[in-house]
Amino acid sequence: MRALRGLLELSWIETKIFLREPLGVIGSLGMPVLLFLIFGRMLRGVPRPSAVLARLPFNITIVSALLIALGSVQSLIAIMAIYREGGILKRLRATPLSPVTILGAHVLVKLALTLASLVLLIVAGKRVLPGALPPNAVSFSVAVLLGTLSILALGFVLASLVPTARFAQPISAAVLYPMIALSGLFFPISRLPAPLRALAAVLPTTHAVSLMQGVWAGEGWSAQRTTVAALATIFAACIAISARWFRWE
Amino acid sequence: MPAPVISVRSLAKRYRKTLAVADVSLDVYEGEIFGLIGPNGAGKTTTMECIEGLRRPDAGTMSVLGLDPRRDARRLRERIGVQHQEAQLQKRIKVGEAVELWASLYDRARVADADALLERLGLAAKRDAWFMTLSGGQKQRLFIALALIHQPEVVFLDELTTGLDPQARRAIWGLVRDIRARGTTVFLTTHLMEEAERLCDRVAIMEHGRTIEVGTPAELVARHCPERRVVYSTGDDGAEEVHELRGEGDDFVTDVINRIARDGTRVRRFRTEMPTLEDVFLKLTGHGIRD
Repeated sequence: MRALRGLLELSWIETKIFLREPLGVIGSLGMPVLLFLIFGRMLRGVPRPSAVLARLPFNITIVSALLIALGSVQSLIAIMAIYREGGILKRLRATPLSPVTILGAHVLVKLALTLASLVLLIVAGKRVLPGALPPNAVSFSVAVLLGTLSILALGFVLASLVPTARFAQPISAAVLYPMIALSGLFFPISRLPAPLRALAAVLPTTHAVSLMQGVWAGEGWSAQRTTVAALATIFAACIAISARWFRWE
Repeated sequence: MPAPVISVRSLAKRYRKTLAVADVSLDVYEGEIFGLIGPNGAGKTTTMECIEGLRRPDAGTMSVLGLDPRRDARRLRERIGVQHQEAQLQKRIKVGEAVELWASLYDRARVADADALLERLGLAAKRDAWFMTLSGGQKQRLFIALALIHQPEVVFLDELTTGLDPQARRAIWGLVRDIRARGTTVFLTTHLMEEAERLCDRVAIMEHGRTIEVGTPAELVARHCPERRVVYSTGDDGAEEVHELRGEGDDFVTDVINRIARDGTRVRRFRTEMPTLEDVFLKLTGHGIRD
């Protein structure tokens, strides 16, 4: 009961703190939404925007959603590095709060902010880019959140590895963004050479994209069992690794 | 003598190749301000963090409030308050939010009235200020508030006044005395001998990971540096003559005064010099605290 109270209180305060830093909000979560809107502006005046969207080699909404997820993860890694360096994690650890709760609060905050950005994107999309809206917004949002959760777990592994807060941003960007290229967003994974295909199979982004694409195509959740299982496996593996490697100070 | 609140025997802790704590033994009694003193790198912080249950020592025994910090860390955290050296909080957390957050982490029955606590620590006006906007002294007072919010039985303060100006330092000393006056035991570390001398009821001197002496500051001075010095001057303007007398023991100064009075000497200036903990440290280790 007290663990839950601590979790909610910490999550709430972390959310407020995050929103007090406008640059961080815009940089990590607002940017993908902004890109999406700029894209929408560019299609203004085009007679049949959905036809243009359909001819694109990628799904602009899924790209934006993945960027939102990666923005959340990057922000998590940066915060972990800063908090570790400032002794904030150590100070929280000296309270009765369990380590899982301390880190869980940050996961909760990142998921909430991902969802908020996604809702913002969908609401804005209704006006500027109606043809790019997910056919089933609720299922799609759930897919994005599941994917984000799995990538966040990888974020904890990266947060364990980055030496200092200064390096958190470049290192996490250098690891996370190339993952987009292997995610199957821009070209099918089957066309990749075998080693890259093997790498793609263990990256959470690949399965996150696959889940979003599947849900977008209207396949039922029962068709997503293997993808969800892959995300869950990666999540469990990453949590197990960070449980060993995570440094509190 | 009552049973100690903290009891440590032969504590040792190694980090990879360096032996941070080699052999620490000490007892802390209820209601006292106990200081672990020594130069930076002596192993004070590691010792304190082992006692707090934040680190696992490699050897030795510890008991804090009847609990073993190794096994009962969670239960111990409910009953102790801590402040870490050079700690930060979230840059944009408000003072009031930090105190409320910490209050929510402890048993409600124990938690103190946050407003009264902030008032007592002189932070009431800073309730809505972000952590990053606070002065060094205000930050330290906030950390004291977080350490006290659940009315702990023992408070651990690590280099509490490092980096503060003398005025802020004095204000913090007053607050620490106030904590003791309310019945809470204080365990602190400092490399400032003046701080230890003015604030601590008892101290343990630490060097190279070992506690080399334990006692009240006065005891340690009497034991290791019994020398007293009296400097006085006689004579008229322009022909002032300075006398310096050295001796040992509590009666020395009295003896000098009696002798001057008996002789009827006209004294212009009179000063006694007593050794300090700093001198004790120098004597015991062969080097100064800041070397």
